[in-house]
Amino acid sequence: MISSHKVELVCPAGSLPALRLAVDNGADCVYVGFRDQTNARNFAGLNFDDRALNEGIGYAHAAGAQVFVALNTYPQSASWPQWTRAVDRAADLGVDAVIMADPGLMEYAARTHEHLRLHLSVQGSATNHEAINFYYEHFGIRRAVLPRVLALAQIRHVMANTPVQIEVFGFGGLCVMVEGRCALSAYTTGVSPNSDGACSPAKAVRWEQTPRGMEVRLNEVLIDRFAQGERAGYPTLCKGRFEVDEKLYYAFEEPASLNALELLPELVRAGIRAIKIEGRQRSPAYVAEVTRIWRQALDACLADPDGFQVRSAWMGALCGLSEGRSYTLGAFDRPWK
Amino acid sequence: MSTLKLSLGPLQYYWPRSRVTAFYEQMARLPLDVIYLGETVCARRHELRAADWLALAEDLASTGKQIVLSTQVLLESEPDVKALRQVAENGRFLVEANDMGAVRLLQGRAPFVAGATLNLFNGQSLRLLARLGAMRWVVSPEIGAEKLAAIHAERVAGVQTEVFGYGRLPLAYSARCFTARHFKLQKDVCEFRCISFEDGLRLRTRDGDPFLVLNGIQTQSDRVQNLIDELPSLQNMGVDILRLSPQSRHMPQIVQLYRDVLNGTISSLRALDEMRAFMPAERCNGFWYGKPGLIQEAA
Repeated sequence: MISSHKVELVCPAGSLPALRLAVDNGADCVYVGFRDQTNARNFAGLNFDDRALNEGIGYAHAAGAQVFVALNTYPQSASWPQWTRAVDRAADLGVDAVIMADPGLMEYAARTHEHLRLHLSVQGSATNHEAINFYYEHFGIRRAVLPRVLALAQIRHVMANTPVQIEVFGFGGLCVMVEGRCALSAYTTGVSPNSDGACSPAKAVRWEQTPRGMEVRLNEVLIDRFAQGERAGYPTLCKGRFEVDEKLYYAFEEPASLNALELLPELVRAGIRAIKIEGRQRSPAYVAEVTRIWRQALDACLADPDGFQVRSAWMGALCGLSEGRSYTLGAFDRPWK
Repeated sequence: MSTLKLSLGPLQYYWPRSRVTAFYEQMARLPLDVIYLGETVCARRHELRAADWLALAEDLASTGKQIVLSTQVLLESEPDVKALRQVAENGRFLVEANDMGAVRLLQGRAPFVAGATLNLFNGQSLRLLARLGAMRWVVSPEIGAEKLAAIHAERVAGVQTEVFGYGRLPLAYSARCFTARHFKLQKDVCEFRCISFEDGLRLRTRDGDPFLVLNGIQTQSDRVQNLIDELPSLQNMGVDILRLSPQSRHMPQIVQLYRDVLNGTISSLRALDEMRAFMPAERCNGFWYGKPGLIQEAA
């Protein structure tokens, strides 16, 4: 535990190599998931079995870092034991916290594992202090990860009205919709972020070169078409180009990553307890680079929030790692809404 | 076999005040058992203020129908929370809680309806909400028949189940207003453009297929989920209430056709045939069959 940092850097890892690199590059906490639908990045070839997680926890703890396990999908009645077993496994392996969304599962965890630290996942859709305090009073959550919907002033207000620590997303893929309240993928592909732990799944993607350009479909629904030389991004539903009233545009959001680096001093001053980097599905090299830059930035900011200046080298490198090579402040910035 | 009741879900769109009033005058005369009222999508919409909704509830209560006040789904600011508190503490009408913040304000105070956006996906969560005072839960549209049956196997006696039966599916909510974005406006100065689109703003794919509907911060399916030919299976499963979601035109005909099929005066096949002229788009039922929501499975 690095107690001298009052703001933790929470980094993603979809594999043991990514976890090691996150720790090596200065993550205070690394969050991971098991290899199944108990977490919201349920992708083939990704995530941890018990052995890998055990090794990862050992590695992180030896370096003074923490490991959180995301169990942040909504369990189905028919496969409920799979989720409770996942809670038990995480507790038995000695993780530092579990990140959850389902109230039933949180109740199970709070009753069964008294000392297991609970964090409310972004998938829990808690955007206001009444909701956060609900989870605090019933399950004793210690931290809540805010959905990417609040402007800075709204975040300050939430923090003033809850004893729960607040974690916000600083960088990575941007959900345009309120997490936990989006059924676009389920509607289009049958794969639900809430219950299957994946959005716009690769198995539903079909690329096709046509006379009109490169077309990409999700389960037969045309998400975008790219002209020769145009950068063709992954067909996440809410980042496609559609026609509304005969206008063609990114009706929901351009392909861009969230990057709140320039807001660090304000976030730190506001009393945020942790900054989260999205991207368990990204490569170890990506995790290493993003972690390294954010570590430097956060250290600089914590040392001197008033004198903090964003270095162009950081922004350049982060931009190169961003979706569509561009970034946005998302809902932190009111005009985005 | 249970007797299925019919409810009218909260109005999802932004209509002029006179239109809303006229709509509910019509609804008051229809064979509906439950009516949900209130603005659930966007706090900026103000054709009806909180007091107006309450007055409307009071008026409609005299019809003998059960009136429920629905809370806003996405709560961002303190004014949002204050408005929520007002609804939760109204002391007169049942409340549909569409956020855990609403549950916190209602628990132990009064029985409430657990709304679909609470994401109750299993018996454990449902029992927890029942302990806190939920007398009814609205099933997330994502949950199909098979999953619902599994949850029902663990259901607490006395908690009613309500299923989204008819209407464009509410699929997603965002901090961003997509109607305002369409007009290159920011949400804070949106000019209330959504009032011009009485059934939302249609979004098509680049090959021209209708796909979704933009309704302010909410995104809906373009296709209309219609479970009219599933009524026997819904009843067999012990579903108590079927929700019909308001649309700008032909809503009385839709309600009446559902009632006629429930009464056995016409077949669902014939009702479906008649409904084609009354639906704003093609129909779908994929979610109910555990498939992509947009598809239409043969019953």
